[in-house]
Amino acid sequence: MDFGAMVDYLPLFEQAMWLTLRIGWIGILGSLVIGLVVAMITHYKIPVLYQISLFYIELYRNTPLLIQLFFMYFALPRVLGVGIDAEACGMLGLALLGGAYMAESFRSGLEAVEPIQTESALSLGMTKAQVMRYVVLPQAVSLSVQSFVANIIFLLKETSVFSAISLMDLMFVAKDLIGLYYNTTECLVLLVIFYLIIILPVSILGTVVERKLRYGAFGS
Amino acid sequence: MADEREIVLRIENLTKSFGDNVVIDGLDLEVRAGEVIVVIGPSGCGKSTLLRCINGLEEIQGGRILLDDQEVDGRSKNIAQIRQKLGMVFQSYDLFPHKTIIENVTLSPIVVQKRPKEEAIAEGEALLERVGLLDKRDDYPRQLSGGQKQRVTIARALAMQPEIMLLDEITAALDPEMVHEVLDVILDLAREGKTMIIVTHEMSFARAVADRVIFLEGGHIVEEGIPELFFTNPKTERAREFLHTFEFTAVRSHTVEE
Ligand SMILES: Nc1ncnc2c1ncn2[C@@H]1O[C@H](COP(=O)(O)OP(=O)(O)O)[C@@H](O)[C@H]1O
Ligand SMILES: [Mg+2]
Repeated sequence: MDFGAMVDYLPLFEQAMWLTLRIGWIGILGSLVIGLVVAMITHYKIPVLYQISLFYIELYRNTPLLIQLFFMYFALPRVLGVGIDAEACGMLGLALLGGAYMAESFRSGLEAVEPIQTESALSLGMTKAQVMRYVVLPQAVSLSVQSFVANIIFLLKETSVFSAISLMDLMFVAKDLIGLYYNTTECLVLLVIFYLIIILPVSILGTVVERKLRYGAFGS
Repeated sequence: MADEREIVLRIENLTKSFGDNVVIDGLDLEVRAGEVIVVIGPSGCGKSTLLRCINGLEEIQGGRILLDDQEVDGRSKNIAQIRQKLGMVFQSYDLFPHKTIIENVTLSPIVVQKRPKEEAIAEGEALLERVGLLDKRDDYPRQLSGGQKQRVTIARALAMQPEIMLLDEITAALDPEMVHEVLDVILDLAREGKTMIIVTHEMSFARAVADRVIFLEGGHIVEEGIPELFFTNPKTERAREFLHTFEFTAVRSHTVEE
């Protein structure tokens, strides 16, 4: 392996990592917001929005991110007549894909909270909104931490298709360098290392949080 | 001797069914301020359902429930406000697992009644003291025994300063040695003149605490009366049979051998 070349490539990979992190961070935050809103809609079965939400969840969970991004980046501008910036497209694409998964995580958490919790909160005079905010949602979130972490890792991995809409992410840089210098092994090793740098902390943090919730305030 | 105390809860011709299963069938009941009513009856006769209707947790099919002349209706806008006057304690000690004991007790006073935090906490501590659990203030529910949890649940309901307490078999899920500590709290409340509707299978407790006993079966009040008469000399055959199920007859006639 040509370690000298690897050192030379480092700055390019580092730059790409920041791009991935920037898009990933916003995309994940967006996915949590979308997931929460969609989960509330499906939980309360709000008419019309409920059907739309179910359709959205199925659509986004059952199509590849690559195709979702192509649609947003290449097809939508033709229909609407306005282009969308590649980075914004990446963030939105990730948020929409993640939203569908996060919605399912929130939903299963909400369903896992015992109905008696809602009834006791109601009987203490809380409104439905207060019951959700103070009693049900905090428990639902703790119950779904594992699946949130799994989703976040999944989304970070999915960022590897961003190069398809010409975003200079890790994959883009690796492919570019391989095309230029044929240092395939070196580039792929760097690619793996940088993905690990991004994902491992999330994975470890997830385990810590989960354990804390399990042994700390929660569970029996 | 006419009772002069004001009527706080009035149930008129209440009907409640689940599909074809009519659980409460035209029930009338009046509860006066300070009265302790004990509801007994065989399993599945609708005792829990009655309490849940009073609290607006069940949709009713007929009749009405009036609390201080305000109609209790689970779908109405002011139901949350009405429920503040009703302190419900369920059989399963259902504390909020993600909150500490003091947070469990103060959550509703703070977010529902918008009471100042310090005031709510001071009052919460006084209530915990009263149920003998002030030292558990900062623990989480999972660290408490069943009896302790149930005492906190009572404190949590009392923190809303309800007019009426509704207690649904609050010791049924407890180990026998913990039953007493919970029932003592209730006896104390009764002594203070708290209005309560209590569903229980603890007959000696029922006898000690009740001003009036109601025997429910088939969706009706089959018999009601003061505990002294009801437990010693029930008027109806059904009540007699029911009370009999709580007694045991000695198997042997000679228990002491020469
Ligand atoms: N949510 C429900 N759906 C259908 N049937 C119910 C429901 N809750 C209670 N019931 C029925 O109503 C009857 C009375 O139940 P319940 O009030 O719990 O009795 P009790 O508390 O006296 O044991 C039972 O026949 C029970 O099966
Ligand atoms: Mg019951």
